[in-house]
Amino acid sequence: MKRISRRQLITSGLVTAAGASGLVVADGLAKRYGLIPPDSGGPYGAGETLTYAAQRILTSHSMAREFSRSQISNPPFANAVAPFSEAFKRLQAGGFAEWRLGVDGMVTRPAAFSLAELKSYPSRSQITHLACEEGWSYIAEWTGVPLSHILDLAGTSPEARYVVYFSIERGWWDSIDMADAMHPQTLIAYGMNGGELPVANGGPLRLRVPRQLGYKNVKYITRLTVTDNLKKFGEGLGSAAPEGGYAWYAGI
Amino acid sequence: MVSHPRFYWGEAGNINTPTLFKIPIPASRSTVPTGYGYVLPDQNGWSRYLHFQSAWVAVLTGLLYVIPGFFSGHFRRDLFPGGADLSWRAFSSALTKRLRFKRPSEEEAWSYNPLQRLTYLFVIFILFPLVIWTGLAMSPAIASVFPGAVSVLGGQQSARTIHFFVSVFLLLFLVVHIVMICLAGFWNRMRAMITGFAGTNKERA
Repeated sequence: MKRISRRQLITSGLVTAAGASGLVVADGLAKRYGLIPPDSGGPYGAGETLTYAAQRILTSHSMAREFSRSQISNPPFANAVAPFSEAFKRLQAGGFAEWRLGVDGMVTRPAAFSLAELKSYPSRSQITHLACEEGWSYIAEWTGVPLSHILDLAGTSPEARYVVYFSIERGWWDSIDMADAMHPQTLIAYGMNGGELPVANGGPLRLRVPRQLGYKNVKYITRLTVTDNLKKFGEGLGSAAPEGGYAWYAGI
Repeated sequence: MVSHPRFYWGEAGNINTPTLFKIPIPASRSTVPTGYGYVLPDQNGWSRYLHFQSAWVAVLTGLLYVIPGFFSGHFRRDLFPGGADLSWRAFSSALTKRLRFKRPSEEEAWSYNPLQRLTYLFVIFILFPLVIWTGLAMSPAIASVFPGAVSVLGGQQSARTIHFFVSVFLLLFLVVHIVMICLAGFWNRMRAMITGFAGTNKERA
């Protein structure tokens, strides 16, 4: 029978101490570089923080996969949505001519953009995969104005850390960090598969963030708020998703 | 799986596309036509949080096991079958002994038999890497960094399907493994696993 030698005991003690101090250093670095997600409290905070921090480091320059036209899901798919509010129905009856996307918060030029204005800006089209946390997915061509273009027009403050976005439907809101907000593939989408973005798929306006799961792609958006602190919104967890038990960061 | 008990092959799949197979259970989403007329409660939020946190635990402890395992010679000595073990005779003798529920001899009980060796190697070097790979391939963020790791699998829905099968195999291994430990003497085996030392083997008699 083998016994633990003194050398083994000292070595394992040192390894444990190094590991523990490594964790403390990592925690400090993560806080400094904004690698802690807003829902990092609670029993699953450690896993969420590891995922968010690791993926932020890995994905700093990555582009979501784009597909060929032949891979577009046919027939197109639209997930069910709750019955529309009166506010939505009124705007829909007017052909969305009165639809506005407000931009406020930490910007030098708060503004409200009509659909026509948004369509007049340089557009981007991309064929990307939209995957739901439930397990289904579809591929479609999305057309819209890059969110970064709108943020530049509004003059985002250098201290800004997140963009919070709200649907016209109450209680439906989310947020992304500046890395995703300024990413060239993050769109304020108004078109799909060569036509208008169907209402069932989020038309007239949907935020499209292809490096995260479907639920971050909030439909019917009417307002963007640029902020440095998510604590001020809702329960302070970053979006409606963690309030309903789902992770804020959905790059998984 | 419960929210969408349908599996596909390729990049994309949803209720408008043909399935590879369906699991015959009601779904936790009313949007999935299962034919049961019953919607299970949604447990996805916390179970996803738990899943991804457990994935980190599995990966980190896995690395802690696999990396020193190479340096210490654990895999070479205890797991990779020796030349004689790989002969068809050694293999079939091990298999028939197990099937006849024969107790291992004093000599044999101190090392893993060829069946065990191959099973452990399969779990450590095939199933675990595959479950981690297919899991990561489902992540849109990871797919953006390593697109090739997804297309090699056939797409994100293929990754989900493989992930499902591999997790079934892992669960099967876990159940059989625990049953074997109980049959071989629970406390002795637990002590050996945790401390790395085999104690007095009263239970082996």
